[in-house]
Amino acid sequence: MKEDPGLYDYWPYENRPKITWPDGARVAFWVAPNIEYYELDPAVNPHRAAWPRPVPDVNGYATRDYGNRVGHMRMMRVLDKYCVRGSISLSTALCDHHPEIIELCKERNWEFFSHGIYNTRYTYGMSEAQERAMIEDAVETIRKHTGQQCAGYLAPALTHSDITMDLFAEAGGIYTCDLFHDDQPTPVHVRSGKKFISVPYSLEMNDTIVYVVNKIEPRRYGEMIKANFDRLYAEGADNGVVMCIPLHGYQVSHPHRLKAFEEALEYITGHSDVWVTTGREIAEYYIENCYDDAVADIAAKGAA
Amino acid sequence: MPLDPSYLEYPHRSYGMDHDRYDWSMLADRKPVAWPGGKRLALWVNVALQYFPLNQQGRPFPPVGGMTTTYPDLRHYTLREYGNRVGIYRFLEAFDTYQVKPTFAVSARLAERYPYLLKRLVERGDEIISHGWHMDAPHYGGVDRDEESELVARSLDTLRNATGQAVAGWLSPSKSQSMNTPDLLVENGVRYMCDWINDDMPYNFRTSAGDIVSMPLSTELEDRFIMQANLHSESEYADQVQDAFDYLYAEAVEQGGRMLALSIHPWMLGQPHRIGRLEQVLEYITDHDGVWSASAGEICAAWQAAQ
Repeated sequence: MKEDPGLYDYWPYENRPKITWPDGARVAFWVAPNIEYYELDPAVNPHRAAWPRPVPDVNGYATRDYGNRVGHMRMMRVLDKYCVRGSISLSTALCDHHPEIIELCKERNWEFFSHGIYNTRYTYGMSEAQERAMIEDAVETIRKHTGQQCAGYLAPALTHSDITMDLFAEAGGIYTCDLFHDDQPTPVHVRSGKKFISVPYSLEMNDTIVYVVNKIEPRRYGEMIKANFDRLYAEGADNGVVMCIPLHGYQVSHPHRLKAFEEALEYITGHSDVWVTTGREIAEYYIENCYDDAVADIAAKGAA
Repeated sequence: MPLDPSYLEYPHRSYGMDHDRYDWSMLADRKPVAWPGGKRLALWVNVALQYFPLNQQGRPFPPVGGMTTTYPDLRHYTLREYGNRVGIYRFLEAFDTYQVKPTFAVSARLAERYPYLLKRLVERGDEIISHGWHMDAPHYGGVDRDEESELVARSLDTLRNATGQAVAGWLSPSKSQSMNTPDLLVENGVRYMCDWINDDMPYNFRTSAGDIVSMPLSTELEDRFIMQANLHSESEYADQVQDAFDYLYAEAVEQGGRMLALSIHPWMLGQPHRIGRLEQVLEYITDHDGVWSASAGEICAAWQAAQ
């Protein structure tokens, strides 16, 4: 184990090279629906139990299944209404289990990126060859079912190894959602030297963290989203930033929660200088227009 | 040491579910359901009347809402008893005021211990469903099938004898099941169960003894979940129930009848500072013409008739 993941260098938020998003937008705004499959009786990983109760953990399993049966289509209607294309963090086995959901996302030209095979299969304990095989399986599954080259990664159940980023970059990926150290994209070191970045994917705005970990009230979640946006929109006038709302159909789409989220989404998309986009588009734009300046500035600040 | 190669094998990676208990389908794609009288929303108020024994074993996990301190946990024992002595009578008054038809999920041990309360419920004519033996007798993965079979039969027999009702519905303690529970329920004459919270409408569930209806009793909207697990305020509870009602009531216009499942506990919502919030939400909901207040069994039967 290492003291520091070694994935990025310290880089102060002040005095960075200016990012200007397309059409002069201040905030690159993206929404990342997690479309996940949890197994009822998954293979056992010695480093992490899949469920708190003995199998079948009806409570845990059914809670997640609600997202697929009920949640995604409700969320989709809200995103459609405000012209937001989702960037899907996908349990890629869902392509096999529930292709109807994949079709609805394809019709909307949503982005698909890898969230592993199942959210009950963890990276912990995998050899390099095993983790590479899992990543390549996910990338190939997305290609086969959607035609898309997978650009982004969010590790299954946020389980990582020391070489997760290296392996994903080698499989053709260009961005990760696994790092929460910044409000702008930042370069990420990978052993191949490829241009690979972090695109902010906020845990603070993540509905599961909000509802399950922090136990926030639905209407307060709506207020938190607006406050998060207001500050980023103000700061974005000086230097472009990223705002992400990660969602789960089994959390935000409950009948007592969706209205507060919709109001927040209406608020954000009602502002003029917002680039409503996807994770891939942010990553491609950044790598093309901002990456080299960032690397030079990080080197200069580190040297000073 | 890498993981066993089987960790990267996925034997159930194919169309539908990773088990054969129910078919995969999305709520929005299903045939719309028409409730009796053309109502838009079926209101299912489910009252849990639970017995938590003082000598809790907590195996293989402690019951939701159970004892937490070293024996004797008089604190939680009596807090739960409060619901069955005091809170429930506040509930009954509220139901009568707003003409709401409740469903009572009753621990068999409670039925044995408090005949006055059982008689009161039976005389009201409300539907009573089984809530298992008591809260510390969970159904769980790994329990011996014969042992569980005896537990299911004993729980149902006791409640049927105490109520004179058929007892066709089932809510497991802590909503926990074994792989055999649905099969055993059907073998013992249960028509619907409330443990699988994966939908906002009833759906069909397969067992080795024939089909059973799964009637999802929302946990996320439960009084205990919102105010005890999440520590949200009493007014927030009322806001969330009203927001849920508004959402489903509107969704029903486009997609057909919807069900609002309110799981409430007299030891929680029956406290003096909370009962007003129950009254508030019942008043709000029943003020709408399109609401059908019905028992779980009636909702289940109407849903089946609409299939």
